[in-house]
Amino acid sequence: MKHFISIADLSRAEAISVLDTAEHMAETQSRSIRKLPTLVGTTVVNLFMEDSTRTRISFEAAAKRLSADVINFSAKGSSLSKGESLKDTALTLQAMGADAVVVRSSSSGAAHLLAHAGWIDQPIVNAGDGAHEHPTQAMLDAFTLRRHLVGEDRLGADLAGRRIVIVGDVLHSRVARSNVLLLTLLGAEVTLVAPPALVPVGADIWPCEVLYDLDDALAAQPDAVMMLRVQRERMIGGGFFPTPGEYSRRFALTTDRAARLPEHTIVLHPGPMNRGFEIAGDVADGRRSVITEQVANGVSVRMAVLYHLLASTSEET
Amino acid sequence: MTDATTVLGPDEIRRALTRIAYEIIESGHGADDVLLLGIPHRGVPLAERLARSICEAEGKDRGPAEIQGQLDITLFRDDLRAHPTREPQRTVIPRGGVDGRTVVLVDDVLYSGRTIRAALDALAAIGRPAAVRLAVLVDRGHRELPIRADHVGKNLPTSRSERVSVHLTETDGEDAVRIVRPAGASGGGAR
Repeated sequence: MKHFISIADLSRAEAISVLDTAEHMAETQSRSIRKLPTLVGTTVVNLFMEDSTRTRISFEAAAKRLSADVINFSAKGSSLSKGESLKDTALTLQAMGADAVVVRSSSSGAAHLLAHAGWIDQPIVNAGDGAHEHPTQAMLDAFTLRRHLVGEDRLGADLAGRRIVIVGDVLHSRVARSNVLLLTLLGAEVTLVAPPALVPVGADIWPCEVLYDLDDALAAQPDAVMMLRVQRERMIGGGFFPTPGEYSRRFALTTDRAARLPEHTIVLHPGPMNRGFEIAGDVADGRRSVITEQVANGVSVRMAVLYHLLASTSEET
Repeated sequence: MTDATTVLGPDEIRRALTRIAYEIIESGHGADDVLLLGIPHRGVPLAERLARSICEAEGKDRGPAEIQGQLDITLFRDDLRAHPTREPQRTVIPRGGVDGRTVVLVDDVLYSGRTIRAALDALAAIGRPAAVRLAVLVDRGHRELPIRADHVGKNLPTSRSERVSVHLTETDGEDAVRIVRPAGASGGGAR
């Protein structure tokens, strides 16, 4: 792997290899000394052109646990046009001696552009680009699902036959897109549930089923339910659903709906949550919820991704 | 074409491991405070065999599982950037941890010593053993660091162009140690 930009670039074997590495990383994080010398002497730049708390902190923690130096670079507030800005930023990072760049942008394709425009030679990690992809989030979701749904013998295993329902604002969700690609790559059966206006054009050719009724989807007894944040800051002009109350009635994971799920079913949410809107507070805090575990797993998974990109020869194999 | 010479067969390997097991017991660490940590891949089955021998010889209540584990060193290597991605392996430390115990690191071949340097760092991140010793099936020389083994199955003088290949029943279906010479080097063609 040279870059980590899109789940579509990954083979099944590569995806499982990253998940397995993340398991070993997680194991080292339970020791008395959690810092590893693996990436000592390398510099990882966090280039965040869009607001983020948990993803940036998670990448920073991951790099630091592997002994890399971390430079946080915020390009926010730049008035330069997008293409020029990104190019100049890339040239600056190259000059500063970055060994890898973790990039978050509100523009779909920013990470791909940075990797392939010829401005910078170093590995690029996509930490979320517009409504396109958020591949490390999908990896941590798959990691969390594998831990709970496969159990002891999970090393080397995929998610074959596991049924996962992804609910909510699919239209604005890079998490949903990356998850559909990754979970199906790993053999899971994915069902998307959303109001028609929040399903992106072209989702009919995605390798998953699309339903418009949450109760129908939950009646099929899924192994996991992943709730998405309703991204109201991106809903300029409105009209995606009649009222928030109407949305909650039809698409929220309420206490009642959660109670009807099979005993083993787990509930995920990529955060930040709108409590009481797309997910009831007591479901988010309840026994099925693995939401805080997802955050902890994010560090292990990002350590694994940095390890795969940086702890090997840069020659293509 | 390569040319391989078998230097240790199943019986020699068994005898060497039995001798090492007794050496470990006699050096004052019975089955009580010793912890054998195999280095993946082939150090792990060797540590298992040594643990069984020690438990049989000592006749203690403790089972082999309690005095044996495995220690992955991948994340502590100093040559990661010179190779394709190496998949880390599991580290398994039995109940009781490493603190205050005599840890015996177990590996198949001792060569440059860099693996053992990494293992010492990996061990320090887990805890503080009372002492650390090293047992290897084969010592082939050519050390690059000031490291030596406390228990050696066989000293095997080799040249750097040769390869020492260790096969174990658990991982390779047979017990054998061979020296593999590359084509054209030493002897082979020179009749």
